[in-house]
Amino acid sequence: MADSERRRPDPDRLLKQVEAQERNTGRGHLKIFLGYASGVGKSLRMLDEGRRRKLRGQDVVVAATQASTSPEVRKILESMEVIPPRIVNGVPAIDVAALLDRHPGLCLIDGLAYNNPPGSKHPHRWQDVEELRAAGIAVVTSINIQYIAERQREIEAVRGKSVSDSVPEAFIQTADEIEVVDATPEYCAARSIEGDQQRQLSELREIALVLAADVVDRQLEQYLHHQGSGAQLYGAHERILVCVTPRSSAREMIRRARRGADRFHGDLYVVYVEQDNLNEGDQRLIRENLDYAHEVKARVELLTADDPIEAILDFATQHGITQIFVGHSNQTGWTSRLRANPVERLVMEADGIDVRIFPNETVDA
Amino acid sequence: MPDRGKGKLRILLGYAAGVGKTYRMLEEAQHAKSAGRDVVIGYFEPHGRKDTIEKTEGLEVVPRRKIDYRGCEFEEMDTDAILLRKPQVCAVDEFPHTNIPGSPRVKRWEDVMVLIDAGIDVLTTMNIQHLESLNDQIRDITGIAVRETIPDWVMKQAEEVVLVDLPPRALLNRLQRGVIYGTEKAQRALDNFFKEPALAALREMALRQTAHEVEIRQGEENVRSHHSEPEARERILIHVTESPASTGLIRRGRRVADYLKADCFAVGVTPSADPVALEQHLEFARKLHIETRVLEGHNAAKTLVDFARRNSVTQIFLSKPPKRRFPFLGPRSVAMDVVRLAKDRQVTVVAERRPSI
Repeated sequence: MADSERRRPDPDRLLKQVEAQERNTGRGHLKIFLGYASGVGKSLRMLDEGRRRKLRGQDVVVAATQASTSPEVRKILESMEVIPPRIVNGVPAIDVAALLDRHPGLCLIDGLAYNNPPGSKHPHRWQDVEELRAAGIAVVTSINIQYIAERQREIEAVRGKSVSDSVPEAFIQTADEIEVVDATPEYCAARSIEGDQQRQLSELREIALVLAADVVDRQLEQYLHHQGSGAQLYGAHERILVCVTPRSSAREMIRRARRGADRFHGDLYVVYVEQDNLNEGDQRLIRENLDYAHEVKARVELLTADDPIEAILDFATQHGITQIFVGHSNQTGWTSRLRANPVERLVMEADGIDVRIFPNETVDA
Repeated sequence: MPDRGKGKLRILLGYAAGVGKTYRMLEEAQHAKSAGRDVVIGYFEPHGRKDTIEKTEGLEVVPRRKIDYRGCEFEEMDTDAILLRKPQVCAVDEFPHTNIPGSPRVKRWEDVMVLIDAGIDVLTTMNIQHLESLNDQIRDITGIAVRETIPDWVMKQAEEVVLVDLPPRALLNRLQRGVIYGTEKAQRALDNFFKEPALAALREMALRQTAHEVEIRQGEENVRSHHSEPEARERILIHVTESPASTGLIRRGRRVADYLKADCFAVGVTPSADPVALEQHLEFARKLHIETRVLEGHNAAKTLVDFARRNSVTQIFLSKPPKRRFPFLGPRSVAMDVVRLAKDRQVTVVAERRPSI
């Protein structure tokens, strides 16, 4: 099969992209500053961007601020138009009606993850942002990683405490731009931090960086697929594909692939190309291994194909796989000197993809 | 990681010119100064950017050293002068820079290591495309083979790696406004290097690399993984040959070994069709801190696999053999022979990173 054919984008993805585009037309642009702790300087960076855009002639207002002692932040705020929030029972909420009325080009909202006070139109501030965007108002906002709903369990494990406010990650993914505010823990705030807290911050920092990388990766993928013909994937992100057969020591491959994917902050896929005439024992083996793959959160897929190698390579290309894990071929004897076995074919036909071949039983490795 | 008595290295990592690395470096230098530390600028590249130049205000600059090369005068960082001045903190722009011939050291990063050894903290800047082990992937993304590289082990010497982030769209806007380069140079840059998807891919690499640098500095016990059971250390053997694909293979092997925290060594088998090229590749491996060995044997595959077994190698790294018109005529490739012989080992066949569009 020609390489160009393999590189053809998946039509489902193209459709998704078109839908996403349609959703985005006429909507206000959203930019999110992502931090991993308070004190990394998100507010300052966000307001400074607003200040600079205003200097360049954009119509900018501030719709929410956070209690800040930084003189730099206060200085910028003095030069900006502020639409004061409504305060209900001491809880601030951005004044959506006033903002829609004023209809600025760009609205700055420091702190995306607030819950609105009871009686508000929307329970969450991010829903207010949706409404502003729908009205064509661009929004620049800031959020800390611990407020992203899907990451909260992971972050609770690090911090040992939970927060009640949250924003769904799907909303973060709708941002046109996301910018990481990175600084090492000792540069956050003036307070001295040590040992355990230092480690916590470092782990949160890692999570924030990986989240941002995932967002960038998804946008890049959408962009490339939208381009149609030039749908190559860049391999900026390690994606490991494990091919399971009854003969391979699949569990060991999946285990190592999981560890590799974690170390690379990458993705793990497991595929099984369905085979007829498997005996009961083999069928059970496959089931167990696929269960194990689910357990370690691999993306599992069953393929049906006459030519398993081609099916695997198609899958690999469509998913931007960078490493394929397979078991060694069991073919031995004189015939194998003449014909390429399936593993050799896979190696020769996998363009730009590493193939890692595993022993079929664990020897001493 | 850093020794006591040595200075601390802090790398501000970006993904392209114009994301604001130099600005951040100077900002941090100012920060350190206002915290009462003795700060100098060892080297800084203004690129004619006004707001960056403003950030140097009040910071002492150690004058550059003038070097005559082929009748022209060049300027480099004056490492000796900085050592004499002995500040607590020194800001040094463009970590991967190659010095002009006739300088005491070939690379600026070597100068920085001298400062670190003398107990001076260094703030420096670099872009992700200069990291050695990513060189091949970067070439595929940008179409440019980067020559000035930083070996991965040098980056590991840093106490901290901090990301200087900026979304590509904002970077392109800056470029169009002529903030980064003068406008005449900007158009050329836009046409060449600064394509949005390429920038996004580079940015993603910088984000992931920074996450990795953060993780390895948390220490072994904190590595987050689905599996907590201790893992036997992997031993990776890279088969180096005279083929030009060897450099890409060595980089990839080094990178995978670093991520898997594996031991890594490189082996060449003689007699070789081109002993000079083989030695060059082994030298390249040594520069990346990979131990090398040369084995003798007329059956390269068998020699390699025997060696792997004797030395408890868990994984053999090989280059993918070139495609042939009639694949099964003529002599078999060493790589395929290794795949057949080493069924008790893991074998990784590395394909060149060159997306066919």
